[in-house]
Amino acid sequence: MSIKVRYFASLGERMGRSESNLELAQAMTVADVWYHDTSQIMPNNVLAAVNMEYAGLADEVNDGDEVAFFPPVTGG
Amino acid sequence: MKVSICSQAFNPWQALQDYQQDLKPDVQFGATSIFIGTMRDYNDGARVSSMTLEYYPGMTEKQLEKIIAQAGQQWQILDAYISHRVGKIQPDETIVLVAVWAAHRGDAFDACRFIMEALKSTAPFWKNEKLASGETRWVASNSGGYQKG
Repeated sequence: MSIKVRYFASLGERMGRSESNLELAQAMTVADVWYHDTSQIMPNNVLAAVNMEYAGLADEVNDGDEVAFFPPVTGG
Repeated sequence: MKVSICSQAFNPWQALQDYQQDLKPDVQFGATSIFIGTMRDYNDGARVSSMTLEYYPGMTEKQLEKIIAQAGQQWQILDAYISHRVGKIQPDETIVLVAVWAAHRGDAFDACRFIMEALKSTAPFWKNEKLASGETRWVASNSGGYQKG
């Protein structure tokens, strides 16, 4: 299955990219997507979203999903 | 209800006036509560010369709409409006406007506060500050607004 992965703000800088496309052979969780795409240990404060809704790291992802990772939000 | 993401400077008073004009002639509201956030030229021990606000197009709007819906479940509100800047911002420019219309002040005040705090802690926006020294830095986190300081 195909997953679009996005990184925002300081996380995008750290990864050196703001998005990538990941091809996966089997069903995965949000945490699995992170490890497959980055090969890095996830920092403690990373937030995740699936299809533009906040998601937990154990949530499953499906073919065609957009999975986003970002640091704590600082708007307002 | 309106959620607006602005890439250009906006006048919050004008935006409010324009929006409230559209609410008429339905004048059920006896109370309007507003919050306006403005960019400071000083933060965390340094002079800040400008700021760039990044957001997540699509999710940010969705999250702001969700916050207004949550406020509507907790308080009797008639309408709400959020406008938020993105892109490059200069000190003294408005970053955010939150306005809530209700029949009574309690609902207007409380819902406005709730929307602003929920925006600060859950809406996907990220500030990158350019300091007077020329250095740039990401703001690490927002303070908890219900605690002092």
